[in-house]
Amino acid sequence: METILTVQNLTKKFGFLTAVNDLSFTIEKGNVYGILGPNGSGKSTTLGIILNVVNRTSGNFSWFDGNMSTHEALKKVGAIIERPNFYPYMTAIQNLKLVCKIKEVPESKIQEKLELVGLWDRKDSKFRTYSLGMKQRLAIASALLNDPEILILDEPTNGLDPQGIHQIRQIIKKIAGKGTTILLASHLLDEVEKVCSHVVILRKGQKLYSGPVDGMLASHGFFELRTTDLEKLHELLEKNASFGKITRENGTLTAFLKEEMQAEELNKFLYEKGIVLSHLVKRKESLEEQFLTLTKNN
Amino acid sequence: MVRLLQIEFIKLWNNRASKILITSYFVLLTSIALIAAIKFDIGPVKFHLADQGIFNFPYIWHFNTFVTAIFKLFLAIVIVSMMANEYSNKTIKQNLIDGLSKKEFIASKFLTVISFSLVSTVFVFAVSMILGLIYSDYNELSIIFSDLEFVLAFFFKLVGFFSFCLFLGIFVKRSAFALGFLILWVILEQIIFGVLGWKFTTWEVAQSIKNFFPLESMQNLIKEPFTRLSAVQNIGQQIGENMDFDYQVYWYEFLVVIFWTVLFVYLSYALLKKRDL
Repeated sequence: METILTVQNLTKKFGFLTAVNDLSFTIEKGNVYGILGPNGSGKSTTLGIILNVVNRTSGNFSWFDGNMSTHEALKKVGAIIERPNFYPYMTAIQNLKLVCKIKEVPESKIQEKLELVGLWDRKDSKFRTYSLGMKQRLAIASALLNDPEILILDEPTNGLDPQGIHQIRQIIKKIAGKGTTILLASHLLDEVEKVCSHVVILRKGQKLYSGPVDGMLASHGFFELRTTDLEKLHELLEKNASFGKITRENGTLTAFLKEEMQAEELNKFLYEKGIVLSHLVKRKESLEEQFLTLTKNN
Repeated sequence: MVRLLQIEFIKLWNNRASKILITSYFVLLTSIALIAAIKFDIGPVKFHLADQGIFNFPYIWHFNTFVTAIFKLFLAIVIVSMMANEYSNKTIKQNLIDGLSKKEFIASKFLTVISFSLVSTVFVFAVSMILGLIYSDYNELSIIFSDLEFVLAFFFKLVGFFSFCLFLGIFVKRSAFALGFLILWVILEQIIFGVLGWKFTTWEVAQSIKNFFPLESMQNLIKEPFTRLSAVQNIGQQIGENMDFDYQVYWYEFLVVIFWTVLFVYLSYALLKKRDL
């Protein structure tokens, strides 16, 4: 598989504070990556370093095959970090023309990209007249001008209203659907869960996990069960070696698996023991639950 | 190089304030020709400034380059704000992310400075040439093209001054404060000169030290031309004042200005490189 970005032992110190601590990961072509972490966990700093705006303290990173200077490589990258930054006194078209000059790409793509983000009819309005959602969409259009190998988004829905958030997510999904590699930094877990196939989880500048979303926890999932005689069910499951922790909440019993077990198997077993279930769901932990478990344990 | 200039041109020319300032600057440069129109005709007193010899070759090179250099403040505002605005709009960050290297960023700004200075120099050269051809008492080619070092000095003076503005823009990051700092610096050079002459050395030594200060060295490149005028000389002789000043531009004065220019551009780059944005 083609590697797009390799980060090795990256460290950034701001005085006494270590914002990024010995971080290593790689980004492969074609996947959608999420960088997860609470506020202040070093997500933006990491992106700042690989994007040439923050100086690293130690460690290395290399773009593509590593034979290219960072600023040359960045011409093949599309990135938006934090708030959209454009010249307020220039129109959307003028701003994008400038970006074309910097990235050394022809101006012919401007219309296509502005249409993609739905700003073509506002193309001649000055940037300062835009709403935050429009600014953010213009930033996406600008990042896509060079048809980048990888699109980097840092908190793209931050501060937007529900409609704006929805629009941005639709655009991201559209782009991901075209096979563009995406690196999405966010603290909003459902956002990452919806679009990402791989995650890098950071806490206090340290990597807790990096890999596919499914492999985050060595977990077999859990059952949510409901029946008339909860006491008997509870007793029965506690005696069964396949189950670990069992909790009861609002008339629902949650039983965590210690080994693999199919829902049919459990249903059959309980029926034979004389318990008829009114509710049976087998679930894996949501990203949020997994994330909380991971950040708590370490 | 053309690409870097184009980038900067897009940024400047779409900004209404910059556009107005740049236009008025060049209009003012041309307006020096209006001095020719200064004419008093009050009964027996007839005074026509153009007849006083200020447009005589080669003196006109000295006079015009000195006077027009005052207008450089207009461009100073443009240059300080074109740098400081990149910080306040955070567009410098976006430029770097989009793939401009820090070196290219400084280069595009410095190339703009060079272009401004070059265009100004050509402008002043052309205006002076035309005025001279109209009003000068001497029109021999050898006289017309003597003392052209003032035109060269004008170019280096502007480049040096604008580089200083560029550096202030990066260093201070806010245009208003950077311009304040510029004024502060002018005063500071005078204070250091005063303290040196008053407490530490003789006034002569203090004066020669002062000529190495950044702004003073640029100022010193083209010395004031007024006492060179024959009319002023005559008055000076009548009141018994010795007006035998040295107006020459010396090669080492160029070196001092070039030294500051290189230093300011390098410091701007070093600062940008070191800073986290």
